[in-house]
Amino acid sequence: MKWRHWLLLPLMLALAAGLGYTVLSLPDQAHGLQGAVADQLGKSGVSNPVTAVLLNFRGYDTLLEMVVLTLALLGVWSLGAQPAVHAESIPGPVLDMLTRLLVPILIMVAAYLLWAGAHAPGGAFQAGAVLGAAGVLLLLTGWRLPPRGAGYPLRVALVVGVVAFLAVAALPLPGGRHLLEYNPTYAGVLILIIEAFATVSIGVTLAVLFFGADPADKEPR
Amino acid sequence: MSVPFLYALVGIGLFCLGFYALIVHNHLLRKILAINVMGSGVFLVLVALARRGGETPPDPVPHAMVITGIVVAVSATALALGLMLKVKAATGRAALPDQSRD
Repeated sequence: MKWRHWLLLPLMLALAAGLGYTVLSLPDQAHGLQGAVADQLGKSGVSNPVTAVLLNFRGYDTLLEMVVLTLALLGVWSLGAQPAVHAESIPGPVLDMLTRLLVPILIMVAAYLLWAGAHAPGGAFQAGAVLGAAGVLLLLTGWRLPPRGAGYPLRVALVVGVVAFLAVAALPLPGGRHLLEYNPTYAGVLILIIEAFATVSIGVTLAVLFFGADPADKEPR
Repeated sequence: MSVPFLYALVGIGLFCLGFYALIVHNHLLRKILAINVMGSGVFLVLVALARRGGETPPDPVPHAMVITGIVVAVSATALALGLMLKVKAATGRAALPDQSRD
């Protein structure tokens, strides 16, 4: 440990003490926004307050967050092909067999989480993360997207979440309502539609981020 | 002091540990990991402080913000790792130059 690092230590302790003091000086009892959310929960179309906030009350936030995910992928793709970190090897029989068993289960878990999100913890992001994990597992065992799936089909899967979200968000506009202001009667169905497409996009985006380059990119730059 | 504050203090500790590692280490992978530890600390503070209502259910708004934050953190980490590999390919090492000689 260099002497400069010892110098840094009191500064870090001061930062921790300042932040700790700030947190401890907050009121012990605070009710935040859960009252306001609970009052409007009946109109949101779902009974899980977190999903209601994510996809109804603060839907704009979630829509732009899906765009951030796509932007990160564009950033990674713009870097071009990555140098090979390790040699490709054939996976052992245990890993191979385990992947065959696990991937269908992971897809089922993702579908369950998506469905459960309406009334319990779960939803598009959790389901997308599980789907992404299935994709990472497949990539680790040497599976690669077939060339005819790497072009337009992959790009459609990547943007379908944002496109479906935008389409549903614009649906109330002709009726004189605002962007993302769903009719409470259909809000549950609309949220399920958004979440289903968003799950596919999030899962595929996470798996492709792990792959690190555009699978349609043939020659390394 | 109630339980949510204990978790919030742990979150602050994680944030400061990550911040220290971010400054101290030259290697880019360690810097990326440090930023992730810092982010986890912030998420822990947000989730913990949402639970201050006693017996009432926690405030869902910070929880929703943390869910989106986690996904953004994962995608930003992927971009950072891609940039790190490019730095490695261009300069031969995935670390910032060490300017101090002591």
